[in-house]
Amino acid sequence: MIKKTFIRIYDTDIGYSFFNSKIAIISSSVFFIIFLCSFFAGIVAPYNPFDPASVSLMDAFTPPVWSEGGNASFFLGTDQQGRDMFSTMIYGSRISLIVGFASIIFAMILGVFLGVTAGYIGGRYEIIVMRITDVQLTIPTILMALLVDGIARAIISRSMHDEMAIYVLIFAIGISEWPQFARVTRASTLVEKNKEYVSASRIIGLSNVLIMFKHILPNILRPILVIATIGLALAIITESTLSFLGVGVPPTTPSLGTLIRFGNNFLFSGEWWITFFPAIFLVILALSINLLGDWMRDALNPKLKKR
Amino acid sequence: MSLLEIKDLNISYQTRKETIVASSDVNFILERGEILGIVGESGSGKSTIANAIINLIDPPGEITSGLIKIDGNELQNKEEIIQKIRGKKIGFVFQDPQTSLNPLFKIKDQLIETIQTHLHLSYDDALKKSINLLKEVGIDNAEKRIEDYPHQFSGGMRQRVVIALAISCEPDLIIADEPTTALDVSIQFQILELLKELTKKRNLGVIIITHDMGVIAETTNKVIVMRNGLIVEQGNTRDLLTNPQSTEARSLVISVPPTNKKIDRFKLISPEGKEITSTSSNLTKKIIKTWGIRENSNQKLLKVSNITKVFDDSSLSSSKKINDERVVKAVNDISFELFEGETLGLVGESGSGKSTIAKIITGLVRPTVGEIEYNKLSLYDKRKKYQIHKSRGQIQMIFQDPYSSLNPRFKVKDIIAEPLKFFQKNITKSDLQNNIEDLIDIVGMTRQSLDRYPHEFSGGQRQRISIARALATRPRLLICDEPTSALDVSIQAQILNLLKDIQDELHLTMLFISHDLPVIRQMCNRIIVLKNGNVCETNESEKLFESPNHPYTKELIRLMPKIESII
Repeated sequence: MIKKTFIRIYDTDIGYSFFNSKIAIISSSVFFIIFLCSFFAGIVAPYNPFDPASVSLMDAFTPPVWSEGGNASFFLGTDQQGRDMFSTMIYGSRISLIVGFASIIFAMILGVFLGVTAGYIGGRYEIIVMRITDVQLTIPTILMALLVDGIARAIISRSMHDEMAIYVLIFAIGISEWPQFARVTRASTLVEKNKEYVSASRIIGLSNVLIMFKHILPNILRPILVIATIGLALAIITESTLSFLGVGVPPTTPSLGTLIRFGNNFLFSGEWWITFFPAIFLVILALSINLLGDWMRDALNPKLKKR
Repeated sequence: MSLLEIKDLNISYQTRKETIVASSDVNFILERGEILGIVGESGSGKSTIANAIINLIDPPGEITSGLIKIDGNELQNKEEIIQKIRGKKIGFVFQDPQTSLNPLFKIKDQLIETIQTHLHLSYDDALKKSINLLKEVGIDNAEKRIEDYPHQFSGGMRQRVVIALAISCEPDLIIADEPTTALDVSIQFQILELLKELTKKRNLGVIIITHDMGVIAETTNKVIVMRNGLIVEQGNTRDLLTNPQSTEARSLVISVPPTNKKIDRFKLISPEGKEITSTSSNLTKKIIKTWGIRENSNQKLLKVSNITKVFDDSSLSSSKKINDERVVKAVNDISFELFEGETLGLVGESGSGKSTIAKIITGLVRPTVGEIEYNKLSLYDKRKKYQIHKSRGQIQMIFQDPYSSLNPRFKVKDIIAEPLKFFQKNITKSDLQNNIEDLIDIVGMTRQSLDRYPHEFSGGQRQRISIARALATRPRLLICDEPTSALDVSIQAQILNLLKDIQDELHLTMLFISHDLPVIRQMCNRIIVLKNGNVCETNESEKLFESPNHPYTKELIRLMPKIESII
């Protein structure tokens, strides 16, 4: 049964392209492992770094196991508070992934909705939407996110701030990523809406909403999927950047970016591992998603196929 | 020595799942001064052979065995030799003149570049030669026009430039792959005449690849019929067309719409080679039982009065636009009436506004001015907004391109179910299933096809699905916009038969749009001839063909390629 399903998947063009691309297999397995680890962080991580009972300041600044003074129970060493680096990173990647996924889904829903409607309805509505995306694209992502964060700080009371921080972050990243989706979706919609199956639906008398979201949307999902994948990597990096700058998630629930920021203080005093490992981890995570997105773009676009 | 000799040519495309044989054991000889036609349905491998001669087969395709000889020189798979010969000894004319010239270069530069690559001429000599070439292919004022860019030429003129390019280095062989398919009838005639004339004058060998039997009959000396990469029959054009032997050739010849008479149904050839007249045997009975027979009253169903359409986004008010002499009117003040039960044909060349009229009737495009009444109800309100509820799905349309008219993400049954569900909101599941099955029966497809996706079907089958969808709303008026122009001729015959059967049994009124005069003649009772958005002539179908009044109609009828010309 499993074998049959596998053969069927292998037989499709996209499946074949996947299983014959080393990059696709490696990057997707790396991403999948990281994803599973962070999802089951409670089981995978040897310590819970946020449980004060399991953390001892006595263990602080333990170097990785292979260097002098290393301790076998802390494989990648510990940070300034005596937390196990490996466990902190796994918990940290969980925050990063949650923020990444949530913000990209937020951006996708907003961007796709505006893109499809702008492309299909056209006229003045389209001009307004597309000019907004143009303006939005001139503002750098980080700047936009900082702006949103600043406004949120002013609105939300200080006591609520730490709780709300993660939602503010998701909103900030999502709001700066949607123009990509809107542009691509609108362009694809313009192509699809001139196809005759759309005319046929209009002649039957179907409502515009039905035509847009039942007929056109499923046909333009491929480019959206590609952008979403590449956007996910970008969102994770943006989140880390913001956390590194200190406007992201609070230090009590550190993400990868927060860890890098903490470790950065100790980089030149010899405790390099505190910032080095989270940074490498972030690079591997972003790279695997990016490579997966690259492969997907090639595989889903028949024009780029070599054979 | 013959000009071109092809011996046991095998070409195959190696794909992941299978090896597709594009041509197997192809043999033929072409002499100087001869025009050879290659016909066959799409996918029969006719273009593959042409590409093989100039070694332009796209990978993964390759010549696996066989010989291609030009003047005794072997060509196959030898890129160095072919590069010298391509363009010099062999000229190539492509199908689409819109894309076969580089839009960034002047005509002059494209001609001179080709000439200087192959002939050792100075720039001035090459220029002189180019001007002479343009004159030879019939371009007026060649000294001036040579400075123009491709977009400044019309489609037919551009094809002439392409031919000038093809003959620029005095080739011995010209390969023309569907050279007139993208062109209008009158221009097609001129281009074919030009090719014939050049063949005689320069003693060339010409290969014309086409699916149009009329073109074959009027231009070629010899003809090859292909199917699935095999030559099924070859011989003298007259003999082959008058007395075809193989099933494929008979099927090709018999399904060509005759230009000189109206026939009731096309005859078809079964795969075993037997002649069959009609395939439908009261398939519609079941659906008539559920729908009830609609009696034709012969009264006015559709009234189009004075519609004009201007495609222009400028802010001029519509009344100003109409009176402005400079604006291009896609449709100019057209009025006609359509009576229940008849088939009205709209015929014209590209840009005549025939599709725009269909779009205005179905509400896809708003008219700039004008009124349309369906069953005495006005389809557009005062603000020119389409009132789709007034026709209640009774106006349906079949589209030209079977590849884009079905949503690729929907299964066939969902495609047909959608209009059913839309018009009968509380239809039960079993009723819906029965209705879908009846519809797929009517259009002559198997019920297994319901669970498949559109891409699994051929063009003709897709057009049948498209017809089933159009019938699902129980239409009274069916608009067919070039329903067969993307199909092979034998499939066209089947689809036209199907449309006639359905019309007879379901009492449909049809508006049939086509550029193809013989097809129009077979389908319509009454015909409107359009040119540049204006009506030239309206008449009963037979009268129009027997005694056309308008000079434009006369010319169209005179110039259309006729298969009968040779028989």
